[in-house]
Amino acid sequence: MDRQVYKKIYHIDFGVFSPKQIMDLAAAKIVTPELYDREGYSVDGGLMDIRLGVIDPGLRCKTCGQKLKECPGHFGYIELARPTVHIKFVRQILDLLKSTCKYCARVIIPENNIKRYLGVFEKIGEEEGFEARRRKIKEVVGKYKLKEKCPHCDKKQEKIKLDKPYNYYENEIRLSPIEVRARLEKIQEEDLAIFGYSKSFRPEWMILTVLQIPPVTMRPSITLESGERSEDDLTHKLGDIVRINQRLFENINAGAPEVIIEDLWDLLQYHVTTFFDNEVSQLPPARHRGGQVLKTLASRIKSKEGRLRHNLAGKRTDFSARTVISPDPFIDLNEVGVPQSMSMNLTVPERVTVWNLEYLKRFVQNGPKKYPGANYIIKPDGKRKSITVETQEEILEELEEGYMVERHLIDGDIALFNRQPSLHRMSMMCHLVKVLPGKTFRLNPAVCNPYNADFDGDEMNLHIPQNEEARAEARILMLVDTQIISPRYGLSVVGCIQDAITGNYLLTKELVLKRSEAIDLLYNCGVNNFSRLPNKEKIDGKEVFSILLPEDFSYIGKDKSGNEVKIVNGQLKSGYMDKANLGQESGLMLRNIYEAYGPAYTSDLLGKISKLGIAVLARRGFSIGIGDMDLPLETKNEIKNIIKKSEDEANSIIDDYHSGKLEPLPGRTLAETLEVSVLGALNRARNKAGDIAMKQVQNSAATTLVRCGARGNPLNIAQMTAIVGQQALRGKRIDHGFTGRTLSYFSKNDLSPKARGFVKNNFKSGLTPSEFFFGAMTGRDALMDTALRTPKSGYLYRRLSNAMQDLKVDYDDTVRDASGKIIQFSYGEDCLDVSKTKNGVIDVTGIIHNVIGGGK
Amino acid sequence: MALDVNKHQLIPKHSKLTDAERKKFLDDYKIDVKSLPKILIDDAAIITLKPKAGDIIKIERKSETAGTSVYYRAVIDG
Repeated sequence: MDRQVYKKIYHIDFGVFSPKQIMDLAAAKIVTPELYDREGYSVDGGLMDIRLGVIDPGLRCKTCGQKLKECPGHFGYIELARPTVHIKFVRQILDLLKSTCKYCARVIIPENNIKRYLGVFEKIGEEEGFEARRRKIKEVVGKYKLKEKCPHCDKKQEKIKLDKPYNYYENEIRLSPIEVRARLEKIQEEDLAIFGYSKSFRPEWMILTVLQIPPVTMRPSITLESGERSEDDLTHKLGDIVRINQRLFENINAGAPEVIIEDLWDLLQYHVTTFFDNEVSQLPPARHRGGQVLKTLASRIKSKEGRLRHNLAGKRTDFSARTVISPDPFIDLNEVGVPQSMSMNLTVPERVTVWNLEYLKRFVQNGPKKYPGANYIIKPDGKRKSITVETQEEILEELEEGYMVERHLIDGDIALFNRQPSLHRMSMMCHLVKVLPGKTFRLNPAVCNPYNADFDGDEMNLHIPQNEEARAEARILMLVDTQIISPRYGLSVVGCIQDAITGNYLLTKELVLKRSEAIDLLYNCGVNNFSRLPNKEKIDGKEVFSILLPEDFSYIGKDKSGNEVKIVNGQLKSGYMDKANLGQESGLMLRNIYEAYGPAYTSDLLGKISKLGIAVLARRGFSIGIGDMDLPLETKNEIKNIIKKSEDEANSIIDDYHSGKLEPLPGRTLAETLEVSVLGALNRARNKAGDIAMKQVQNSAATTLVRCGARGNPLNIAQMTAIVGQQALRGKRIDHGFTGRTLSYFSKNDLSPKARGFVKNNFKSGLTPSEFFFGAMTGRDALMDTALRTPKSGYLYRRLSNAMQDLKVDYDDTVRDASGKIIQFSYGEDCLDVSKTKNGVIDVTGIIHNVIGGGK
Repeated sequence: MALDVNKHQLIPKHSKLTDAERKKFLDDYKIDVKSLPKILIDDAAIITLKPKAGDIIKIERKSETAGTSVYYRAVIDG
């Protein structure tokens, strides 16, 4: 719908209200602290006067005659018995008092220099801002003030001091706001220009004589369940002001002693100050009876919970949900499990047509409480109607073409799924809804990687697109299937994980199945055409796996241990299916399938392979135990010897060092040389011992996990079976923490391996106390390191992505920013779209083979 | 001239576009000189080319991804 532009904003002025403006603008003068009379109606001239706007339904505003929600509210005012300082202008007032003459009120700059300085100030103000201008004025005036005489009237000047928060002193004598105001009144218009004040402004307005009362609409009272009224904090504060103001008036009129009037005046000043800002550091904040601090004007605006950051900059969305995530390997890769309770609150608007009238009526019949039902209907005129037991019949009658039904979420609906921090485009992907029992979002563990999610309590957000265009856009551009290939390195970001990898590895490596077992496995992962299964009793695992592959798919690659993987026409001929082929962020197999058979096929295949692996593991069984860490006796001795030899080597180096026979390495001191060579000797020991351990622990479940890349690495195995090894802090052996030694258990200046963090036990045999302590030291260091590094790198990434956010590749392959300036003349210097490459390179030979066909 | 930085192995080849080349370049990219990356007129690498403000400098450098890559900068008078 086009909207007429009635008025265009040309500019906005910020300024200070004059007392006259305040009075002209006011709809009412407030004279009494009472809010309501005995009948509960607002008192005329009270703070809830209905001339200030209405907050009760049914009443009409006395000023504009409009009802609740129509009347914007109107300002009122109070006449203050004595002037008070506006706390937010204290500094400006001080500046003016300090730089003007006590008697003639001229700026303390000689007449003939004023023009020149005005130019200087203007320039500084323009270039460096208002603060810089203020400093410069202070500097200039300070120079002339040294003479202690006004350059205009030659009279002696006094020192003015501010006693925070709002008392001005001249030579230890307090200036009352009346006196301050009188001085400000005398300042000439031309002199104000020097301070940068505009012509329409008078400085005495910064001392309040009348106080503006905000409309009731911005401080509405709430009615409690007991029927009692609870007033807004602002109303409370204003009540205090009015009350004290009345008392001050009465005392002045009654001719009370000066002391009492001074006291009341001070109190009034306090109330007016805290009305504007209740967080002035030198003042005790005004409180409720319960001791809770009042939220007054300044605290409404500032800080994270204030109007700006919370209400204006902070945005919230409807049709979204958030909860804990948990894994479900049995749903598809591009599905998300949504709790049923959520699906009854999240709705999708569906337009009624001739063809779906009956279908939608069924939702309406179920109503909002029975799944799958509907919560609202929207009439063609845009009015929405809630479906309840009472309205249900009527709605079913009137439902016709052109109506919309907001029905519950059902299986197959489109949703956007997101996990913060949203660092790349795969952090928000489109999933298809699957309504499930339970209270968590379910996702296939294979898509954890792009979201960087795990299930230790992570929460994720779900958004439901509300119109056809948004749904189409989400589905075509953002569906998980379309995001499988990373635009960062051109490989698959999703892949099999953990059990799925182990299962497929075992299947393709060593399993031979009965025909019935094979069919059971395959049926379990969604295959129901077994015509490709070889017609024999014993079926090799490789043959079972091959059924999932497309019939015309050929591929040659390597598995993790370097053997050749060969797939010819959909048959796995050699090699094992491990992390290198099935894993995320690795291997070209998934990448090639994606290229040849498309996103949907790949996602489906990946789901099937995952399920196959899990099914294999579930049927075969797979357990790990401490026995997996056992080594044969001779291997144990072999490892012991290696450690012994390296220790001896290290000790002899240390001996050489002490006897002065050690030759320093180029560019290093003798002590450094010692450290480097000892560290080298000890690390060699661990590597050798680790290799031996890895070789010897044949075919235990633990090594299987490591070999196929499902979990763990050889170092983990070595640390459990053979030797934990040298503990290092910042790339060095553990240094002395006490004087000259690492722990008081060792003698001073002991450079031997065991005194400097060499752990020669393994986790299975157990560590000695000192070894355990060294392990704890490096463990703590690693923990600190990650805790400190994560926010740092996160901030670095944020700065980068913000700086580059609207760079784009143009049709001529140049990278340009939002204003069309060229950043790069050809994208990435090689003009390659990484997501269209395989691991960053284009496989030219492969393409040629594909074109010419088959044979090499 | 005491030192010619262009002899250093890390300095890529800088050359100045002729008027004809310059016009073709700007037409090809449909661009104004202002939209180009900049290089100071007294940059040590181009001082021997005696450039004027508004000239376009062609820089050919080694690239990890593409072998050699070409970059252009407009000369500005600091």
